[in-house]
Parts: sequence; C-alpha cells; structure tokens
Amino acid sequence: MENKNLEFTEEILEILENNCKYSEEQIAVMLNRDVEYVREAIKKLEDENIIAGYRTVVDWEKMPKETVTALIEVKVTPQRGEGFDKVAERIFRYPEVKACYLMSGGFDLTVIIEGKTLKEVAFFVAEKLAPLDSVLSTSTHFVLKKYKDNGTIFEKDEKDNREVVIL
Amino acid sequence: MNITEMISPLVRNIPPSGIRKYFDMINEMEDVISLGIGEPDFVTPWNIREAGIYSLEKGDTHYSPNSGYAELRNEISKYLNRRFEVQYNPKNEMIVTVGGSEGIDIALRALVSAGDEVIIPEPCFVAYKPCTIFAGATPVTINLREEDQFKLTPELLKKAITPKTKVLILPFPNNPTGAIMTREDLEGIVDVLKKKDIIVISDEIYAELNYEGKHVSIASFPEMRDKTLIINGFSKAFAMTGWRLGYACGHPDLIAAMLKIHQYAIMSSPTTAQKAAVEALKNGDKDVYTMVREYNRRRRVMVAGFRKAGYNCFEPLGAFYVFPCIKSSGMSSELFCENLLIEEKVLVVPGTAFGRCGEGFVRATYANSMENIIEALKRIQNFAGKHIK
Repeated sequence: MENKNLEFTEEILEILENNCKYSEEQIAVMLNRDVEYVREAIKKLEDENIIAGYRTVVDWEKMPKETVTALIEVKVTPQRGEGFDKVAERIFRYPEVKACYLMSGGFDLTVIIEGKTLKEVAFFVAEKLAPLDSVLSTSTHFVLKKYKDNGTIFEKDEKDNREVVIL
Repeated sequence: MNITEMISPLVRNIPPSGIRKYFDMINEMEDVISLGIGEPDFVTPWNIREAGIYSLEKGDTHYSPNSGYAELRNEISKYLNRRFEVQYNPKNEMIVTVGGSEGIDIALRALVSAGDEVIIPEPCFVAYKPCTIFAGATPVTINLREEDQFKLTPELLKKAITPKTKVLILPFPNNPTGAIMTREDLEGIVDVLKKKDIIVISDEIYAELNYEGKHVSIASFPEMRDKTLIINGFSKAFAMTGWRLGYACGHPDLIAAMLKIHQYAIMSSPTTAQKAAVEALKNGDKDVYTMVREYNRRRRVMVAGFRKAGYNCFEPLGAFYVFPCIKSSGMSSELFCENLLIEEKVLVVPGTAFGRCGEGFVRATYANSMENIIEALKRIQNFAGKHIK
C-alpha cells in the first residue's frame, strides 16, 4: 500500500514537472483517482517543499531583452563546524545567483549567474563573489548559447511528420 | 494490352483502402488533429538511434544472416523469457522479419493454400484478410462483440471452426479495439484448440502496451506452444515503426518453412535496424516503462473524454486505441468521421475500416501528445453537443 501511494505521488510529480498547467481534475483522470486525493497529495507535496515552486521555462534569447548567463567555478575554504554550507549560503542568497551546487572534483561550488550585461556579471564576480573571505578563486565561463535548459530543448522541430492516417 | 486485366485476380479483387479520401481532405485543411495514426508519437529513444548511427559509422552496411543476427536473436530470446515467460531457441525457433507485417505474410504463405480456411476475429488490423487471400486461402471472419469487451470467446470460435480450418489469427492486445485476452480468457480458447490441428498466429505486437496486468501469450500454455507462432516486433514497444523490424517465434519446422520464403523474397532484414534493436532489448526496458505510463494516462483521459461527450466507450486495456460506440449520433461510422473532420477538424477512423462489424464505432488513437488529446476531446464534446440525439 505504501509503495502504491509512493508510485502515485511520483507520478503526480512527473506530470507536474513536465507541465504544471494541468488542473487537479485533469491529473485525477490521468491517474484514475479522486480529485480530492490529488488535491491533498499536491498540497502535502507543497507543504513539505517537495514541490518547491512552479516556474516557467523561458527562452530569453527570443526576446529583445539581452541577458547573460555565466557558470562560475568557485574554490572555497570550508568553515570549521559548518563545512561548505555556510559559504554556499552567503553566495546563493544573492538574487543574481540562479543555481548553486556543491561539486566533487577540481573545484567546490558551481554558481550560475544571470545578469543583464556581461559587465554586470563581471562586476558581480569581482565585487561580491571574489572578495568573500572563504573564496579562494573563481573561474568564470560565459554561456554562448542555450540548447537545452531544465530538460527543455529550445530549438525543436515540433512538427508531427507522421502520415495522417495509419491503420 | 489492358494492364488491369493482366493483374492477378487475387490482387485485383481486393478493394482499395477506404481511407484515401481523408488524406485528400486533410491536405486542404489546417489545424487538424489526427487521432487516426496507428503508430507511437514518441521518437525512438536516443540510445537506440545512436546505436544505429554507430553501426553506420562503423560501416555495417552489408546483408545480414537470413534469419537475423545471432546477437539479436539471443537478445530476443532473453527478452521474451524475461517479459512474457515463453522460451524460444534463438538458433532454430525464430526469424527476424521486416516488421511484424512480413511475419504475418510469410507465416500465412508457409501454412495455407487453396481450400484452407483462416479464422480472423474482427474488428482487426487490416492486413490479415488480404494476406490470407494472397496466400490463396479463404478468410473466415468472426464478429467480436462489445458486450464481450471485444474478446474472442470459445463459443464464437467453436462456431467458426470447420474441417478446413488451418489457422486462427489471435490479435491481442487488439488494434483497433484495445481489447486484451487475460489468462482466464485464453484458457477457454486453449480448451477448444488443444485437440485440433489448428495453428495459432498470435499477433502480439502490442504486448508491451498492457495497462492492468501483464500480457499473457497463448504460447505460454504448454499444450499450445508448438501450435503457436508468435508475431512481435520493435515498432510499438520501442517506438521503432520506421525501422521496419519484427520477429516470429515458433516450431522449428514452421520457422524453417518461413525462412525459405523470407530468404527468396526478402533475403535479410535491415542491418542498421537490427543493430539498433539489440540496444533496444539490452537497455530499453526503462523507456518502455516510461512510454507505457504516459500512454496509460492518456488512455484514461481519452475514455473519460468520450464518455463525457456522451458516447459509450468500453475500457480498452491494451494497445493505444479507444473504440467508442457512436451509434447515439444517428450517423454511420463513415459519416461521423467525415462530419467530425469537417466541423471540428479532428480525424478518427471509422470502425468499418477494420471489418464490417466495426459499424457504429470509431477508432481514436492516444498515440498523440496529451495537449493534442485534450484539445481534440474538447472539439469532440463540442461536436457531440450539436449532434447527439
């Protein structure tokens, strides 16, 4: 029973992760469950912050507004007793930071920054990130083109090229 | 010389497909949603495509062994055992074919000739009847009924068997109805067949698309194993329709006879497709699972949508079709499809395309995106609002 419920919950997440615009009623039909059940399950997932938000995948390059994305490799000194978490928090609190991951390998944190211009991103690194006490070094890579983001391919051929009738 | 008269009467007398007109109609329309496509909307999973590309890069561009690459036959054998609990020796009990369709054709040609009867339960896939006729034999159809959930019942089967019966086609999970045969359903059929000299051609191309249980093959009954030929393939399970690859498994003598036809008519199945298929069988289970889960959700949306529109729709448990009854519209199946296309730009296929007993029904496939399905159902509900009596 536990497993069965877990499977349903996973499937709700799978559906919403791909398209959060489906209504509770639609999801209930898809999963052959009561709307009430689905509503409660989603509420619980939201309360537990498993569903951490509903956002839209935007391809800003198609808009006239210029944006710049950079991936920054950051080497840091971990803090006694707090490890990397405190350092990371000082970094990810900045609204410019879109994502922040602790990494294995040659550096410690991946920080993804979005800004309006190259200059803005460069300033952020030079004036906010690099001067932090625990930051030993940074290496900034600018994104030239986004092919796929959050599982979504931006330049896709949406045309259904199947024959219109196949028996 | 009149060329038409030169055409063999066997071929000449088969009527052309009745769906041609929809192609012509659609060509002049925009924004049509087609629920008439009997193939997955998914593209072949990337790892499988990549295996095909790699084989081309390596230069695997030659003929393959007549019965298919040994590596592929080994994988098929393991797969059938893993998924459907049937065992076939990859050496002499299977043949790799150009789609399941070739398997059906060469099986019938290997088995029947003039005077033999082939039992075909309808509504069904459109190829069985013509292939029977091309082989010179006589098709005997059984009209499956909605009240039986379009299953083949022992009573209907018994009535159709004559001393001339040589083959029974068993097409489940079924195109176009989505009906399946459970183990219990098959038991009754096995009882009828076990003492008879009738070969079952079990077309299991939709075996993976089974939504409330696992597909049971009639070949898994010990008394039926040698009398059954399993037809299966990669098209539906792995979304590989265009690769044209299937296989048939059965008694070594039958396979040897089919191989004779295959080696002279086809020579060997496509090499690239076989290389890709090995990858599908080795690492494709996860993708199949994901696709089946998605189909299942769409299936429920589809059934609910037709019912909401006011049409009776029995719950299909297999394949990727629903087969709602549209008799309440007062229209024939053909007229219903034509009007729906003209008024709402949604294409479904008249049940009559799959046998005369399909009158009063239409086939709609959910091998389409959820967005398209939801939009199509909205239009169908709109249509029903105007036409339901």
